[in-house]
Amino acid sequence: MPRGYAGKFLEVDLSREKTWETTLDEGILEAFLGGRGLAAKILWDRLGDRWPQVDPLGPENIFLALTGPLTGIYPGSRICCSGKSPLSNGVIGATASSEFASELKMAGYDGVIVTGKASSPVYILVTDEGGEIRGAEHLWGKTGEETIRMLNREVSGELERRRPNIGLVKEPAAIYIGPAGENRVRTAAVMTKICHAAGYGGYGAVMGSKNLKAIAVRGRGPLPEVAAPETVKVLWREIHSYLISRERFRRWGTGYGGYSVGAEMSSEPVRNWQSEWHDERGLGGPRFEVPYWVKRYWSDFNCTLSCMKLGCIKAGRWKGDITDLPDYEMQAYLGPNLGVFDAGDVTHLSAVLDSLGLSGINSGNTMAFAAELYQRGILKEGDLGLKLEWGDAEAFTKLAWMIAKREGIGDILAEGTYRAALKISQLKGVDVTPYAVHVKGVEVGAHGTRSGLDMNPIGYAASVQGGDHTSSTRDGYDDMRWSVFNDSAVVCGFCSYDRLIWDFARAVTGWNITRHRWCTEHGPRIVTLQQALLLLGGPDIYWSPERDFDNPPRFYEPLPEGPHKGKTTDRAAVETMKRNYYKVLGWDERGIPRRETLERLGLGYLEPQLSRLRKT
Amino acid sequence: MKEPIWIVRDYLRCSGCRRCELICSLFHEGWFWPEASRVRVFMPFPGLEVPHLCAQCDDYPCVKSCPVEALKVDETTAVLVDRDKCIGCGRCVEACPGKVPFLHPRDGKATICDLCGGDPQCAKVCNEAGYGALQVVREGQNVNRKLLSRKPTEVARELAVNLFGERGLEVV
Repeated sequence: MPRGYAGKFLEVDLSREKTWETTLDEGILEAFLGGRGLAAKILWDRLGDRWPQVDPLGPENIFLALTGPLTGIYPGSRICCSGKSPLSNGVIGATASSEFASELKMAGYDGVIVTGKASSPVYILVTDEGGEIRGAEHLWGKTGEETIRMLNREVSGELERRRPNIGLVKEPAAIYIGPAGENRVRTAAVMTKICHAAGYGGYGAVMGSKNLKAIAVRGRGPLPEVAAPETVKVLWREIHSYLISRERFRRWGTGYGGYSVGAEMSSEPVRNWQSEWHDERGLGGPRFEVPYWVKRYWSDFNCTLSCMKLGCIKAGRWKGDITDLPDYEMQAYLGPNLGVFDAGDVTHLSAVLDSLGLSGINSGNTMAFAAELYQRGILKEGDLGLKLEWGDAEAFTKLAWMIAKREGIGDILAEGTYRAALKISQLKGVDVTPYAVHVKGVEVGAHGTRSGLDMNPIGYAASVQGGDHTSSTRDGYDDMRWSVFNDSAVVCGFCSYDRLIWDFARAVTGWNITRHRWCTEHGPRIVTLQQALLLLGGPDIYWSPERDFDNPPRFYEPLPEGPHKGKTTDRAAVETMKRNYYKVLGWDERGIPRRETLERLGLGYLEPQLSRLRKT
Repeated sequence: MKEPIWIVRDYLRCSGCRRCELICSLFHEGWFWPEASRVRVFMPFPGLEVPHLCAQCDDYPCVKSCPVEALKVDETTAVLVDRDKCIGCGRCVEACPGKVPFLHPRDGKATICDLCGGDPQCAKVCNEAGYGALQVVREGQNVNRKLLSRKPTEVARELAVNLFGERGLEVV
């Protein structure tokens, strides 16, 4: 059995109400590792021949929750959710920090592979004894907090009844969806721990489309055996010492970005990216910290970085809201991007989106898109059912509920920014796609390209995960090392310490994993496979490499204000960098992987489909 | 000469990193095994992380409950389990006011914090990281220790109100 792996996957067919165990070839694991890479491979093997016909929200799609060999053992563990994305129609590896990942390995599984669709709401319970499908009618419609509270009580009670004499049983760890996922909102996240989200990709909607409310897991075994345990133990201590030495990041996480990214770098979304600069000190870190932080150092399993801060609003009109104190992305997308500049309002909106199970980045982007259409008089009060003024947290709260429940205009906005733009353009007879800030169907993360101080010009344009800011591209070499590796080994990017992680990966797996090999073989293999699936796309939207592998139109408008006023993304740089990126990866000038490249990477099986694409 | 010690816990400062579980299992089991760790962090609701470990009550109800005299107290005040004698009956779990002991997932024998022979590893890693949720106090037996032997859900209910105010009444 390969080291670092639990050794088996749990398969669940919800249509046939069956669960069983499966193993994967060691060669496949070595080539794709886990998480994002393995997801792309599993999806290709099972759905590749009919990919364009597979409806991401149909029963034929596969929902994957995968760990990697480093998960749980390396500091900072995450779970990687994937499947055919209802936003990009390709494959995205969306990760969230949670005990779910380590519990899964301790229960003896490297991942859960879910197919089919249950006839009524269910959840999957995973223990050392295996997987079981259980009714979830009573959980359906519940918010995140309610779901966790009910699952914890129910599962803990059940497990204690089964083994009454062994002592107290810990609560299970779970991934779940809120009302948004249940209603197949394309920007619904897979949620965990009330406020952690695997947000990009829309996998909450995939779970919802399968009538799958949650997966809860409780394992009693040790973490898997590794190839060189003594080395792993030493490195584990070293890496923690390094993480503990990162004082500033531990103190603030990304939570001081809401003010500084706009004020210093002019790269923060303001009013649907109409601007990227602001100097609103009401959004400064201390304005969150002093009134709302209730836990200053909050971590997930095996992490000492503690970049999350637990927050709670204890008085006033949003009293009782609990969330992780908006990290930078939530601050930006539910703050300036909605014209909201009050820390309490941002904290409230973050709690609302968490409990509905909406991805804050993606749904925040869609809400701002709607607000800009209201500003421009394209969507009127009558269309929306409310006045959607910038900065009105009450109105955005209502809108979030409408999206999650697909009520009124919410039904259109629930399709995600790009698909909503296509529908509204049709309905109104005006082209509103220039206001849709997405790349390949994926709403763009809160890092702009125009000031030249933050995201590089092809960070999103060339990425197989589109607008996903955690997976940005640059040169086709160095970028392979970051999210492509982290999300396949399945560890947290913030904990991924370049100086020691390669030694750690070798000591865990016993395989010759080096940075250079990863950047020239493994990474390109995974990204090339993802590119193929993205290009195949369908069934509702097909991306054109010439037209769609680019920044949103807004990113070519000059910045209207601030110290970087007038700057914009350099089109020539985008073209040059994109050509270089394709060249480094062995893709043709349109971004379609070449035959020789497929052979070199062991992806020869893609050739029949890609040769057809090359001719179109 | 070993001296009596005690591990006090400050739940508000527990980050939930569970490095105490990892180091405890490394020390006692030779590998990462949180479920076999003598300190287990419960989380009845996210944010309410409760490290659950032996408080060394002054009257040791667990020791008294053992039908085969497998439990004894050492000079640090820790309860030591004689694994050869233990029959895995679970009486010590029942006798414990906080239901702290548990049966080991490998062999079903009673498992209780042994204070690492006077140098608790959990408190060490917790303080290395600056959390201070677990701290070693050098003091002899006293009646207060037993007050910390409580079920994690009970602790979490109170902790919830401390952290979330009235809303905390609803979460556990």
